[in-house]
Amino acid sequence: MKSPYRAFESIKVGAAASLVGISLLSGLAWAEEGDVTFSSKLLLTGGVTNIEGSAGGGLTPWAVIGGNGTKEQVGASAFYTNVRANDYTLNTGGVLLGIYDRVELSVAQQKFNTREVGGLLGLGNGYTFTQKIYGAKLRLVGDAVLEQDSWLPQISVGFQHKENDRGDLLRALGIKHDKGTDYYVAATKLFLNTSILVNGTVRMTKANQTGILGFGTNTKDKYEAMFEGSIAYLARKDLAFGVEFRQKPDNLGFKEDNWYDLFVAYAPTKNVSVTLAYANLGNIVIKDKQRATYLSLQVGF
Amino acid sequence: MLRILGFVPIFVPIFVLTAAGIILSGAAVTQVAAQEGAKVSDASAFKEFGEKAGLIKIMDDFMLGLLKDTRTKSYFEGVDQKHVKEMLVDQFCEALQGPCVYKGAQMGAIHKEMGVNREAFNALVEQLQFAMDKNSVPFATQNKLLAVLAPMHRVIITK
Repeated sequence: MKSPYRAFESIKVGAAASLVGISLLSGLAWAEEGDVTFSSKLLLTGGVTNIEGSAGGGLTPWAVIGGNGTKEQVGASAFYTNVRANDYTLNTGGVLLGIYDRVELSVAQQKFNTREVGGLLGLGNGYTFTQKIYGAKLRLVGDAVLEQDSWLPQISVGFQHKENDRGDLLRALGIKHDKGTDYYVAATKLFLNTSILVNGTVRMTKANQTGILGFGTNTKDKYEAMFEGSIAYLARKDLAFGVEFRQKPDNLGFKEDNWYDLFVAYAPTKNVSVTLAYANLGNIVIKDKQRATYLSLQVGF
Repeated sequence: MLRILGFVPIFVPIFVLTAAGIILSGAAVTQVAAQEGAKVSDASAFKEFGEKAGLIKIMDDFMLGLLKDTRTKSYFEGVDQKHVKEMLVDQFCEALQGPCVYKGAQMGAIHKEMGVNREAFNALVEQLQFAMDKNSVPFATQNKLLAVLAPMHRVIITK
């Protein structure tokens, strides 16, 4: 069987790339011998990594800059996420670089495996779409954690440029583009008085199922604004749980459902976090009511 | 509204948010002096810190941590640590609605020449968290105190 092999290959490549990336960058982070910890943001307030590789919640990018670096430093992180829905599996991994707590650069690769749906669609079981995502984010103003006496959130703008490898198939299905770019503005704030973090993101997108099915169609090819939100409660320094929501456009013949999830994030150290979530992904192509378990590991400094 | 490439409209909310952000942050900076007397709104917080005796223990642990941490120790090695701890106890006690009055100097005046950067500031917050954890202050209550202290970063971080 070709497909499980390919999934494994991509995991290996992703993990190897992450390790190379981290070891190359380790020289840039400030650290001294005998330190208890690396200097950084308060645990978990930097968020985790979203499925497109940007720092944020699991589903959506936040205004925070990834990695543990403060404004004098560079930080980085790598992640790997597995999302297993009733009929599909998404594996995604990537690395990001956070520069002076001002700029974030990220690259991620998603593999969306249609499993037996591929067979039902005549593409073969395990037919997989691969999407590469190149992201950049710029913090414009504010600090999600420190501005406790003001309503000002941390505000960032960013983009995610996505390239899907199934252009021929997509065009055959009347999908206009196999490449596309999402643009977003995000506002994030931690309210320490209640230990609650809130994020709102507005995303301009043409992507079908976040780009897994290309961008736009031959009849509908324009940007629309989608809203995404997260609310997280910091129960302990190392434990947060919350909910997320991501609105989806309806470009294709099949209406796209909005995505929701409930998550728990645990950071045993400043350099590692694990997120477990349960997501409602609704309809994806010919299968409705997709419910997924989401598991993500992030390492960083 | 001019439409270029179909997504120009997003820049309007960005400019509005940024302008609002700049105005708000300017307003916030001018409030720091007033905010230094800010207190937590939760009256039970002082008890959860163990009251004044608890604060004294926390500051003892805090100072030990600050002197061990290579990111903060240079700021505290040369100072009168006993005096600093007493001032901190009074300041936090007052912020927690305890029966104390902080009679020390303003944060800006104290930190003006120290060259504190964000990394050192974060390290200090971490050491404070460790000290509060060690003395069993509930996390939610720790955050209420941090909420009151956080705005001081504007006059403490000078680099």
